[in-house]
Amino acid sequence: MNAPYLLPAMLALAVGTYALRWTGPAMRHRLRLSPRAIHLLDTGALVLLAALVATATLPTGSGHLGIALPAGVGVGGVLAWRRAPLLVTVLAAATTTALLRLIGVH
Amino acid sequence: MRSIWRTLDRRTVAAVAAACFAVGLFGVSYGASTIAAGFPMWMPIVMAVTVLAGGSELLFFGIVAAGGSPLAAVVAGLLLNARHLPYGLSAPEVFGRGWKRVLGIHVLNDESVAFATAPGDQERKRAAYWACGIGVALCWPLGATLGAALGSLVPDTSALGLDAVFPVILLALILPALRDRATLRPVLVGAGLAVSVAPFVPAGLPVLIALGGLAFALRPPTPEQVAA
Repeated sequence: MNAPYLLPAMLALAVGTYALRWTGPAMRHRLRLSPRAIHLLDTGALVLLAALVATATLPTGSGHLGIALPAGVGVGGVLAWRRAPLLVTVLAAATTTALLRLIGVH
Repeated sequence: MRSIWRTLDRRTVAAVAAACFAVGLFGVSYGASTIAAGFPMWMPIVMAVTVLAGGSELLFFGIVAAGGSPLAAVVAGLLLNARHLPYGLSAPEVFGRGWKRVLGIHVLNDESVAFATAPGDQERKRAAYWACGIGVALCWPLGATLGAALGSLVPDTSALGLDAVFPVILLALILPALRDRATLRPVLVGAGLAVSVAPFVPAGLPVLIALGGLAFALRPPTPEQVAA
């Protein structure tokens, strides 16, 4: 694969991503925030993470939406809610998804 | 580094290890699929070290392999990584000072932020952030290298259900914070927003649009404020 500009593009993604990571802490460092704003920002991280969980579990944008993946994540979610160890939670989720796919449920 | 492990309880250490192991497995499939698409072995490895944001690397190589321009691949990758800006705004001060800060900012990712947002004192958050951040920074490139070396030997990871691992890990890490109802409401609205706009907007945007759920975190104004 030797598409032109591939190397500069790789560099741009690396530098751009670092800049995105750097901007948040740098801006927060310079702002004087009210407790209310800090509370909103704390909630913001959870909103982002939960949205990531939701879109990774129900990939409505990708065109191959199925039952196996949400079912596996659901099983993991219940175990996590019951405070099972993370490794158990993760293995149960992956196993559920894999077994459902094995028997032809997608 | 020693103080990181002293601060963390066994449960958190086990959780960090599980998260890093899962990231490593994803790295294997990333490395293998990139090689299978015809890229030289060093490319996914260099990207894994320098970008350190798995989804955007997969998207980048996927677009180029499909004949898209490298510029389009960069734009899509940066859009997917745009969530790191609000992450950095919202994460507690865990990055350190000086050269440590340079590295601490580089290891900002979904998993390390999830550890930093878990309830607990500042010292514990900082230790969990660094442990997970460094773990992911090692496991992701190692997994990619292994996957690139094994190439076509790596089985289809979706058959093994490994695509369930990433959402489950993040879900398990944020659940304790979601037991608070005031937090749960904006989170549920945000997640619903993200899923419903996902079919219509490019990858990366749904998660940012989810921040609209924060409107539901606003408390109604007090009577004094309304009068003023």
